[in-house]
Amino acid sequence: MPGKTQDKLIDKEGKRVDGRALDELRPIKIEVGVLSNADGSAYIEQGKCKILAAVYGPREAHPKHLALPDRALLQCRYHMAPFSVDERKSPAPSRREVEISKVIREALEPAIFLEYYPRTSIDLFIEVLQADGGTRCAGITVAALALADAGIPMRDLVAACAAGKADGKLALDLSDAEDKLGQADIPVALMPTSDAVTLLQMDGILNLEEFEQTVNLALTGCKQIYKLQKETLKAKYVALKEEKEE
Amino acid sequence: MPVFFEKREIVTPGDLLAEGDYIAGENTYKEGDKLYATRLGLVDFADKKVIVVALKAFYVPAVGDTVIGKVVEITIAGWLVDIKAAQPAMLRASDVFERSFRPQRNELPSVFDIGDLLIAKIIAYDRTRDPQLTVREPGLGKITRGQIVEITPTKIPRVIGKKGSMINMIKEQTGCHIVLGQNGVILISGKTTENEQLAMMAIRKIDEESHIGGLTDRINELMKDYKRK
Repeated sequence: MPGKTQDKLIDKEGKRVDGRALDELRPIKIEVGVLSNADGSAYIEQGKCKILAAVYGPREAHPKHLALPDRALLQCRYHMAPFSVDERKSPAPSRREVEISKVIREALEPAIFLEYYPRTSIDLFIEVLQADGGTRCAGITVAALALADAGIPMRDLVAACAAGKADGKLALDLSDAEDKLGQADIPVALMPTSDAVTLLQMDGILNLEEFEQTVNLALTGCKQIYKLQKETLKAKYVALKEEKEE
Repeated sequence: MPVFFEKREIVTPGDLLAEGDYIAGENTYKEGDKLYATRLGLVDFADKKVIVVALKAFYVPAVGDTVIGKVVEITIAGWLVDIKAAQPAMLRASDVFERSFRPQRNELPSVFDIGDLLIAKIIAYDRTRDPQLTVREPGLGKITRGQIVEITPTKIPRVIGKKGSMINMIKEQTGCHIVLGQNGVILISGKTTENEQLAMMAIRKIDEESHIGGLTDRINELMKDYKRK
């Protein structure tokens, strides 16, 4: 972090450090099918976060004994590049990354028809190129698109977004500074068609009322992101169609 | 009983397609009364059945499919063939040798070696077993000449067209012999490389533009244009 600490995260007019309103998402840019060697891939920029996701499979599970007789195995690796943060991060998976890999896997598993492809493995790689808070949520958002791009049958896309409390006010989609200096952070992942929450974590302190408001705020964020996801998936085909039918 | 999309509209996983007394076809699922899409694709309604033709999918073997694969491993009792499915397919030595076969005499590589491309047919596959192949039918066996194109397997029906209209047109225009592997691998062999290239170009275009109407006419146009040059 730079020497100067931000003491005011939210100014008098209710604007945040980056000029956003309290219930505003960071600007999001998503692309699908960015890697030719992967079966499916996607890339997201959410504020300063830059994340790449790649999906392989269903393919043979390695090591073979991990394969399950009744459904596909979903293997997920969330990894931060050494240059993704201010101070060099060791490329070896840290305790935090192992944990996030697990929660991301569990957030996506309910959305995939794993039972269609027994004895195989679906391998998902999430590479954080630049981190600025909310990477697990952006990771889930982009991973869901990479899975859809790989043609893996899904019940629904999964959209994720965080909300929290900074400077005593509830705010959507916290940045790194707001997360570190703020009071609480709640990442939420949602399958919007069935209104099913597949990830809900919290750190920090909130009272019951604030908790409810924050979760609802995060859910509205998820729904906005979900719309973007759908548009992105269709965009390539719709553009080509319009070009040909003009 | 409402329907929420038009025919041939693009849908994404989780899109609510229809509600009520409908039957879930391929790439859809039903929960209670509601019918959703599971893949990115084009929705189609036929009577009470709702299907989604996937724009992106991978190959799942089915018994009776003709596939094109590459030999990746030679085992004691046969060959392992990569057919672009989740598991490699097995071609047993006893399928190829008519006489009794002795594994002691290392003669498998002289028939099919690693890297050889084969046209084969799937004779067995289920959830518990890896796919098994045969080459003992006319038209099957090692590929000796031609070029290979790979497309999304779900678009093979599009390459064939209604009652073979598309594939017959391509064959006619280019004079190439074309073998379609259900796994999305296509073999093209013609008299000249130019003819093969033209057929490849047409097939790649079908892969890219399968979701846009009037495809047969556009492909026909494309090939005529190319020939004039």
